Amino acid sequence: MDFDAIWMIWLRDLIRHFRDKIRLLGSITRPVLWLLIMGTGLKAVFNVHGISYTHFIFPGIIAMNLIFAAMQSTISIIWDREFGFLREILVAPISRSSIVLGKALSGSTVAFIEGLFVLAFAPFIKINIPLIHLLLLLPLMLLIAFVCTSMGIVIAARMTSFEGFGVISNFVIMPMFFLSGAMFPIDNLPHWISFIVRVNPLTYGVDLLRWDTLGIKTFALYIDFLFLIIFSFIMLGIGVLEFSKRS
Amino acid sequence: MNNYTFEKIIEVKNLSKYFGQIIALEDICFEVYKGEVFGFLGPNGAGKTTTINILCTLLMPTSGEAIVNGFNVVNFPNEVRKSIGIIFQDPSLDERLTAYENLNFHGMIYHLPLKVRKARIEEVLNMVGLYSKKDYIVRTFSSGMKRRLEIARGLMHKPHALFLDEPTIGLDPQTRQYIWEYILNLSQREKITMFLTTHYMDEAEICQRVGIIDHGKIVDLDTPDVLKNKYNVASLNEVFLQVTGLDIREEGSDEKERLGQFLRARKKLR
Repeated sequence: MDFDAIWMIWLRDLIRHFRDKIRLLGSITRPVLWLLIMGTGLKAVFNVHGISYTHFIFPGIIAMNLIFAAMQSTISIIWDREFGFLREILVAPISRSSIVLGKALSGSTVAFIEGLFVLAFAPFIKINIPLIHLLLLLPLMLLIAFVCTSMGIVIAARMTSFEGFGVISNFVIMPMFFLSGAMFPIDNLPHWISFIVRVNPLTYGVDLLRWDTLGIKTFALYIDFLFLIIFSFIMLGIGVLEFSKRS
Repeated sequence: MNNYTFEKIIEVKNLSKYFGQIIALEDICFEVYKGEVFGFLGPNGAGKTTTINILCTLLMPTSGEAIVNGFNVVNFPNEVRKSIGIIFQDPSLDERLTAYENLNFHGMIYHLPLKVRKARIEEVLNMVGLYSKKDYIVRTFSSGMKRRLEIARGLMHKPHALFLDEPTIGLDPQTRQYIWEYILNLSQREKITMFLTTHYMDEAEICQRVGIIDHGKIVDLDTPDVLKNKYNVASLNEVFLQVTGLDIREEGSDEKERLGQFLRARKKLR
């Protein structure tokens, strides 16, 4: 492992992220739209597990900001390829795995920060999370951000255009979000939907977040963790392979 | 003017590269000596950039061997990467960062310790006359300034060999002149081997030896004077035209160019 390289890639991505103020806008409008507007509108109709609908989707909205920000951060790979900077990194004497890990960590950090924005909306929907659970929420969010970023890296490494990435990421993000249990309970779904839900890594992320914030869960804790960790390892492995390719 | 020894720093043996059916390089052989300024000349699409990309470990050769600073590019890419610096044909700076940040990050991935890094950044920025602009975002730089910054970056880690892929493309004559003087000076002072490609034949006159490549094959290779005598002409430009002919070349997969042609064709129709 090459810590200089990981640190450099992480730091560069964060500097770039914070110089681009407009990106923050998306991470604030998403929770406003979904949590406050959708959530409040549907609250009158739905009542899940005896808790209010806005509370039910709160962990799901955190997961949404995590996956959106994580995938968006990996666009920087395509950006770097288009504008030449990727070559500067590829000809440097650093291992390909540290490039991928650096990208995974920078994307996770950015996504984690955007996930924190959602927490700021907690008072508006009158959700009360005890301090200890709030603290536990942070590493869980980081883990989910890492899983989503590693997946984004694999997609971005194979993409050659911004447009392609936009299509694919919408093709991936939206279904993953809708089929993760973020918006509705997953206990009584038809078989084919249930299958997709169970192979979707975000499902296990949402399960963890909901367990921590509301005390409700569908799967055993170890299943959540195992699935997320194994999935991110596989994705990182594919990512390293993609970056090691010399055509 | 021969300030080089006959120790080889680059060795290319029977190197070929195919992209599917397209032959980019066919069985090329050449050597570059330590401290030499070696010019690699050829029309568009002749295989210059492909050769550089193989030598700097971005591309895999289809067959043959390439050795840089004693290391095989296929088996020891990281050792090769440590030995070289590259100034790419297209810009490869991070335009959202400052000049200083670009160099600092470069120093980090070439593992220069903090103290050395700071000293080297100051040194190379002064060398290319950009020290006063170190905290400016690169996007605000002119293309000449960007080029100079890239040269500074390529030299920061003191490479054994520096690859320059058309380093003066799109620059005004003053900047070109400045950059070449600078490169020559540097090769003499620091004994860095320079492997350069260019379209400007007058610029190639400064090379100790030039190799001319066309259609993926090396068609001639010698000192500029020997070549001029051989073809009985006064300039390298005439040598180049004699060796490679007068046909205009199509560069492969240049989408912008094709788009341009398409748009022009549409205009004509109207």
